[in-house]
Amino acid sequence: MSSLAPPAEQRQPTATSRADAAMRFEKVGIGFDHPVLGGISFQLPHGETKILMGEAGTGKTLVLKLALGLLKPDAGRITVLGEEITQMREEDLFALRRKIGMVFQESALFDSLTVEENVAYRLMEETGRLTDEIHARVLEALRFVELEHTVDLFPSELSGGMRRRVAIARAIITRPEVILYDSPTGGLDPVTSDTIIELIVKQRDVYGTSSLLVTSRLQDAFTMASHCFDQKQNKMVPVADGGVRDLHTRFLMLRDGQIIFEGTAADMLRSNDPYIREYLS
Amino acid sequence: MPIFSLTEIAKEQVEAVQDYSLLAGRSLTNIFGHPRYFADTLLQADSIGVGSLPIVILTGFFTGAVLALQTSSTLQQFGSLSLTGKLVSLSMVRELGPVLTGLMVAGRNSSGMASELGSMKVTEQIDAMRAMGVDPSKKLVTPRVIASMVMLFFLAIISNLVGLTGGFVISYLLLGLDPNQYWTTAYQALRFGDVFMGLCKPVFFGFIISSIGCYYGLSAKGGTQGVGRATTQAVVAASVLILVSDFFITRLLMGIFQY
Repeated sequence: MSSLAPPAEQRQPTATSRADAAMRFEKVGIGFDHPVLGGISFQLPHGETKILMGEAGTGKTLVLKLALGLLKPDAGRITVLGEEITQMREEDLFALRRKIGMVFQESALFDSLTVEENVAYRLMEETGRLTDEIHARVLEALRFVELEHTVDLFPSELSGGMRRRVAIARAIITRPEVILYDSPTGGLDPVTSDTIIELIVKQRDVYGTSSLLVTSRLQDAFTMASHCFDQKQNKMVPVADGGVRDLHTRFLMLRDGQIIFEGTAADMLRSNDPYIREYLS
Repeated sequence: MPIFSLTEIAKEQVEAVQDYSLLAGRSLTNIFGHPRYFADTLLQADSIGVGSLPIVILTGFFTGAVLALQTSSTLQQFGSLSLTGKLVSLSMVRELGPVLTGLMVAGRNSSGMASELGSMKVTEQIDAMRAMGVDPSKKLVTPRVIASMVMLFFLAIISNLVGLTGGFVISYLLLGLDPNQYWTTAYQALRFGDVFMGLCKPVFFGFIISSIGCYYGLSAKGGTQGVGRATTQAVVAASVLILVSDFFITRLLMGIFQY
């Protein structure tokens, strides 16, 4: 078994046991020409996956950028891995960001670098060159997303789905404590989307990494809430016990700059909120 | 509702100057911090320096040649044709060598930097870099600034030499001047202040070219159209700033060296 894949029974939050949440938003607000987020609050416990849903333009991607410190909020406090990032200087944020993985909507791979250099980018920053150890870790990360054969290719030579998988490999190579996914299946066909969701579920169930996932696809959200990764079969399978088992996956729904729902998939299905009912239909 | 607001325009301009100043300042202070990207700096030096060599040689040579050609008729009227070397030398070393090199490199490299970084910006590669804990000002801006400053210095020297050679070719072949006379007057005309001025300016111009190119690239928005706009603005701003700063540097150095 590779070091990237501990047995399921060892599933633990990757961070050391801490009472504090991996991420906490407290009355966070931000606006540009008009208010986008109007004082949202939520927390992401260690080892949990939160799926952020909502219509286009409701500020889902903005939440991820705020969590990463790429944007500063106009109001409120954001705490990530125990550190308040709201007032943190950009120089100090760089160290914190190394503990967080991010998968961008359009992959954001460096187009002038090969797949190997892209995946190894963060590690090469530390050593200054591609060592044998880094090469081995790149192969391990690419094996996780089943793209070992693409090591020497450039991003332009890959399909959209392959680029997303490389972006996931790049995000997980440093074994981050938190991973942020920005519409990882956006614009992909259903089969490729399932492959991406399977990888995210694998990351959740094998490593227990805390993650915040933005998606507009209900199917992806409910697949994540109803499937787990079976390491013996090496694939994602539906939860056999009728969904009783806690998959550490919760839903958040944004509307008009506010969180209008927070809970499990079952809670969402039971919701009587007319907007949520319409969203689900 | 007004079509445009003067307050908003003023705010945008002040913000742009502030952002540029911060980026330009950081690009220099990064030199003293870690990490340092030597490989990236060498790569940029090759691209900016070696890559610009052909255009710098061509413009330098023909500028020197046309300078000799244009001034010869005037000098001949006063019976001072022998001073052609001196005139070409002073004009090239103090002014035309550094300025034309700066303008040529600005056209080639400011646009290149703005389009490269602009493309990275609109495809979220800059955000990805920041998200991975890498400072784009250290990784992308500082290597370009250092490489431009160093390479402009050497490119200006080459331009001066080639310009003098161009002047010599015209003086020797068309004006019938003695080679020894041309080179002697060209050499003896130069004082320390002239050489200092000629070597000092390209370093400033290198800083302007790279910092402007990077600033416009990093602030590009609006997709491919935005990248195109940033590229054009970078070349225009760098060229204008080179000419404006040339005036002030010249005035300052003339004061220092008491011309």
